[in-house]
Amino acid sequence: MRNAFADEITNISKEDSRVVVLSGDIGNRLFDNFKDVSNGRFFNCGIAEANMMGVAAGMALTGYRPVVYTITPFVTARCFEQIRVDVCYHEAPVIIVGTGSGLSYANLGATHHSLEDIAILRTLPGMKIFCPCDATEMRKGLRAALKQNNPLYMRIGKKGEPDLTGEFDEFVIGQANTLRLGNDVCLIGSGTIMPVIMEAAEKLNEQGISARIVNMHTVKPLDTKTLSELASQYELIAIIEEHGRIGGLYGAISEWLASQRVRPPHILSFGTDDEFMHEIGSQNFARNIFGLTSDNIAQSVSTTFKS
Amino acid sequence: MKNRIDTLELTAQDIRARIIEHSHLKRMPHLGSCLSSVDILTALYFDVLNIDPESPSDKNRDRFIMSKGHGAPALYQTLAKRGFYTFEQISESDNEAGSLFGEHPPPPGYLPGIEAATGSLGHGLPMAIGMMLSCRLDGQTNKAYVLLGDGECNEGSVWEAAMFAGAQNLGNLVVIIDYNKWQATDRSEDVMALAPLSDKWQAFGWASHEIDGHNMSQITQALRNVPDKTGRPTAIIAHTIKGKGVSFMEDDNNWHYRIPTADEVIAAKKELKVAM
Repeated sequence: MRNAFADEITNISKEDSRVVVLSGDIGNRLFDNFKDVSNGRFFNCGIAEANMMGVAAGMALTGYRPVVYTITPFVTARCFEQIRVDVCYHEAPVIIVGTGSGLSYANLGATHHSLEDIAILRTLPGMKIFCPCDATEMRKGLRAALKQNNPLYMRIGKKGEPDLTGEFDEFVIGQANTLRLGNDVCLIGSGTIMPVIMEAAEKLNEQGISARIVNMHTVKPLDTKTLSELASQYELIAIIEEHGRIGGLYGAISEWLASQRVRPPHILSFGTDDEFMHEIGSQNFARNIFGLTSDNIAQSVSTTFKS
Repeated sequence: MKNRIDTLELTAQDIRARIIEHSHLKRMPHLGSCLSSVDILTALYFDVLNIDPESPSDKNRDRFIMSKGHGAPALYQTLAKRGFYTFEQISESDNEAGSLFGEHPPPPGYLPGIEAATGSLGHGLPMAIGMMLSCRLDGQTNKAYVLLGDGECNEGSVWEAAMFAGAQNLGNLVVIIDYNKWQATDRSEDVMALAPLSDKWQAFGWASHEIDGHNMSQITQALRNVPDKTGRPTAIIAHTIKGKGVSFMEDDNNWHYRIPTADEVIAAKKELKVAM
């Protein structure tokens, strides 16, 4: 997804001279093409994320459209107060791109995991949160983000994500898409974990359980219209995310659901636990530790559905 | 020449008196920090900045950012004096219900002349760098001036920004340090090893000068003497006195938070030779 991001921002910059890229000394050679075509609109801001975010806000307030890029924890938690004050309080249209989100960098240790980024950024007034599940959706979201005039956080993976969405599928920020139809249960997810959700639905299908998959690519603003329909239609909903179970997609949906006058569906939450990971391993190894596997999701959903 | 300096000095005294009166009326703290910066603000707004109160969003305007946001009461009076709004707008605002003239400035667009909502320290310089990078991309030669407190220089983001501006050779960027030797609760030098401050900025790739921050000739000369011919950004270390202008406030850090009584306002105005 990160190569597709570099490619798409390069394409966009050929059409839109307001676009500038600020990188936190990351992505060796990733932006070579952007540098070639952007005529001085690439800035390596060094390993100094607080300053980078303030610089981006200043550029946004002076007519440019900065896209700030580095590894997720460093472009979110590390400079949260600059995002809060310089970007959101000033309503500066900065696009923040976190790469290697969730457990993508499981092998780099907990310093590089991002399992609370959605939770903290969701609290900021005016901030939109977009979690693409594949390169196609990321490209569409990036273009849509530059057409609107708000701060937006884009949470991307690393590389090799399978294609799940089609080039001609409709995409609107804040509007969920159905990736698979099903009548018995509903699986809601977003972002990097989506391929696992697709597998889980297939396994449920093999057990005779028909699962709908809703791709909630925008966590904020939350598509409450779609959620209302889902809450009245399904008795069992599983919310699946590569993020902590505090404050992410599950948190956002639960907050909304608690104030609704519908009989709430049974909700199952799949995400990471309230703990740091101390073992090193692949992304799949880490997902397995937290039960973020298609086998575990299918089995839990199936057991609950049948009980 | 002498006339110009005299006029600026009189303007500064008038702004000082208004800040003190306002502090008393609205119970607005940070008098000491405001008074140390008044001469610098006066020089900027009445002698240096290319700005027009009739056209506060002009693309080519110079930018000023009060990065030490708790100096906002000084900025408000200076902007009013310069014609961005009236003194009555400040005095008639209700600080208990809906005023925009808070202890720290609001974001741009809420009050004319304000370029950034500061108050959390260490934010103004990075934002000014972003503004100047944009202006440079647009081929403009306007400048940005950022006023930092010496206490504010405790913040790591100041030094991240200093290194970055140095690498970018942002010659149109000017930092002024209101070096009043105090921060909220202690002598600056006892809290953090700040000195030698001028050397620090030079080491980070800046041209730097030390001046008397209450000497109008020195201030205006230093502010006009940019960009540095080497193309580096400029840091002006302005040695100031917290509470400058009123004998019983000078270098007394109680006035970081203290509000003057009615009698103290009268005494202060007498010293400032301002009848209001």
